[in-house]
Amino acid sequence: MDLNDTPEQAAYRETVRGWLEQHKAQAPEARSTRAGAEDAGYLAARRAWQGKLAEGGLAGVTWPHEFGGQGLGPIEQVIVNQELGRAGVPGILDVIGLGMLGPCLIAHGTDEQKGRYLGPMLHGDEVWCQMFSEPAAGSDLAAVQTRARAEDDGSFVLNGQKVWTTNAQFASFGLLLARTNPDVPKHKGMTMFIVPMDAPGITVRGLRQISGEAEFNEVFFDDVRVGPEMVVGGVDNGWGTALTVLMYERLTIGLGSEGMGYNPYRFARALSGDAAAVKDKAVRKAIGEIGTDLLALRFASYRTLSALSQGQIPGPESGLAKVTTVNAAIAAGDLIADVLGPDALGEDSEWSYMISFLPGLKSAGGTEQILRNTIGERVLGLPPEPRLDKGVPFSELAKLSRPGGSTSSGAIEKEEAAA
Amino acid sequence: MDLSLTDEQEFLREAARGTLSRFKVVEAAREALDDGLEQLPDLWPAAREAGWAGLLISDEHGGAGLGVFDAMLVAEETGRVLAPVPFIGLLPATAILDAAGYDGLEAIAAGEVRPVWIPTRPPGDLEPNWTVDGPGAARPDAPAIEGDGDTVRVTGRASFVPDAPGADLLVVVGVDGTVAVVEAGAEGVTVEQVVRYDVTRALAHVTLDGAPGTRLDVSPDAAADAATSALGARGSMAAVAADAATSALGARGSMAAVAADAWYVAQALIAAEAVGTVQTTLEMSVQYAKERFTFGRAIGSYQAVKHELTEVLRRLENARSLLFYAGWARDSAPAEFPLAASAARSAAGSALDFGTRSNINVHGGIGATWEHDAPLYFRRAQLTRRLVGGHGDATDRVAERLLAA
Repeated sequence: MDLNDTPEQAAYRETVRGWLEQHKAQAPEARSTRAGAEDAGYLAARRAWQGKLAEGGLAGVTWPHEFGGQGLGPIEQVIVNQELGRAGVPGILDVIGLGMLGPCLIAHGTDEQKGRYLGPMLHGDEVWCQMFSEPAAGSDLAAVQTRARAEDDGSFVLNGQKVWTTNAQFASFGLLLARTNPDVPKHKGMTMFIVPMDAPGITVRGLRQISGEAEFNEVFFDDVRVGPEMVVGGVDNGWGTALTVLMYERLTIGLGSEGMGYNPYRFARALSGDAAAVKDKAVRKAIGEIGTDLLALRFASYRTLSALSQGQIPGPESGLAKVTTVNAAIAAGDLIADVLGPDALGEDSEWSYMISFLPGLKSAGGTEQILRNTIGERVLGLPPEPRLDKGVPFSELAKLSRPGGSTSSGAIEKEEAAA
Repeated sequence: MDLSLTDEQEFLREAARGTLSRFKVVEAAREALDDGLEQLPDLWPAAREAGWAGLLISDEHGGAGLGVFDAMLVAEETGRVLAPVPFIGLLPATAILDAAGYDGLEAIAAGEVRPVWIPTRPPGDLEPNWTVDGPGAARPDAPAIEGDGDTVRVTGRASFVPDAPGADLLVVVGVDGTVAVVEAGAEGVTVEQVVRYDVTRALAHVTLDGAPGTRLDVSPDAAADAATSALGARGSMAAVAADAATSALGARGSMAAVAADAWYVAQALIAAEAVGTVQTTLEMSVQYAKERFTFGRAIGSYQAVKHELTEVLRRLENARSLLFYAGWARDSAPAEFPLAASAARSAAGSALDFGTRSNINVHGGIGATWEHDAPLYFRRAQLTRRLVGGHGDATDRVAERLLAA
């Protein structure tokens, strides 16, 4: 068991640290919330900084050389993340683009697409957004309804709505999952598109959350036309393309979890100023349990890194770390607000922001229930729940979503009633 | 970054699994509940043969010179099958004796003489007199070790001492933080075997009434080693300043520090055993959830069952991650070892409580019957939760470290 860098990794860390020492004066400040997204000057500075990082080889660390990357592994990406944190400077602005969408284009895009889009993405000249989730397609992503209708000239006309779209308000392009063929089962009739966010017919609207801030967007498509050259990975092959993005999403979350600020020492410090709380047995039990969970996560991430360094890709079990993170942080927010009283809910309180943010985070990247289903099936090998949508053409699924609307579920209800 | 096991560690684990597979402990435990402890197999000869007695004793004293993490790998295997191997009493005792350069180490490493550690809370602790397990407020003080020089008199009482029955030497940490060795057969020593709920754990109440003993001190070699490792560890954690016991602990350079370290070695071993036990109960539950059908389908396909089992897995994996933390800290960041070992015990305790109960739930009524194995794992969980400070004490130590940081 060795937590230290290999000599090669140590040398790489030195290089990265040296570059940051030289250039960090040019970096914008690191902001802890995403409120910076509404500040155009700050955004411009973050884009420029991403460009600098790309020039220095600190962006696109895992991208192949031919697309401007460094051709290195996930461990080197983690070293860069750690050194950015140590230097106290922000990292790249377009985490979604570089971490998830770019790798998808590299895997499935045409040569023209790679040549046109990857460079400006890497340097922050064009920011990207991911348009997958919809009001009726979240954990069940293959239920997307946004329609892409093929025209005689080979182009497609998009109609529908996406939601939870981070960075859409300033993105140049989006990667969109839409339905091209509703007459086949739902996983088979989808296609992935590149969509210019300034195309006529697109409306982006901020989506305010519990805290009052708009960290996400809704995106509406009203007869938006895109050419056939915008298809990524083949028509009706969108699910396979989407799975690539989701695999990189897990990797990005798995490598970035330490950066969320849910740190046991930070939570304990919020309590340690209150002499009565420090002696209170209920408080001690709660912070002891929260701290234990969060300390476990640190070593869980080392286990993930260790597996990565041996060429393994993180599987669905990393979802358990997300469940632990969110629930421990929720418990910490409750505990701290119990001790500090209503002041913890004040508008300027960091705890108020955290308390407001966490209920939504619980569903981000798949709800806790869906994560537990996936882990139960893929990791423990438990049998899946019987599904009513399997093999059914998408166009007929609407009937299933009405209460009592399907013959098969009706039959099950009758059977149970008889038993 | 490499947390994978070395070839030697893989071999140690596989060998342990092989050794233990020769015994049918779980079946024997059920018989022992009805017909007495003599139904249990004696694992000590096999443990001696495997070299487990000397796991933590250095090479030059005839031991294997391995680390606590290696011992935890073996403890995980004993936990999987509830094997009554006396690790909790033995290994902390050998850690102390090795640090003291005790004269009889060769015989101990060979398993000819078996020492047992009398659980005593770390010297310099919050409540120094609250030192051993017992009923509530009536917890007795740690033993008093009196007398100058090497020969001392030891007086005190310790309840529910794991692995004390049949031990040859008692390693006693006194209320003043000094340490003495007392022969189990010496005048004034009473070792009264007790059975509580889980027959696979040997327990005894130990009474010392002016028993003659020998005082231990840290050997110069161990002190030098400890000083080196403390230097290496400096700066790896926000120092828990003004806590003399902690900074001493970081070094294991004094007897009080070595005695405190033994407490956390025991916690780490209990955590590792528990992880093994939960692994077994999870495998049992998952297997049954695939085979048992209700309303026309396997019960494991129902979310209620599936989510409960993923919760067992979640707690198990968190505990396993903390075993790495504890094992790494003992060697590479000793100042963090108290936090890491306490967190491991706390997480493993929570997994053990939840996993053994869940195993019964998933099996339904049959899981609560005498003939089933699930209750034997449940018995293990119930007793473990309350031994050597209990899970609650470990959680409180995590809180203490975090709040003081």
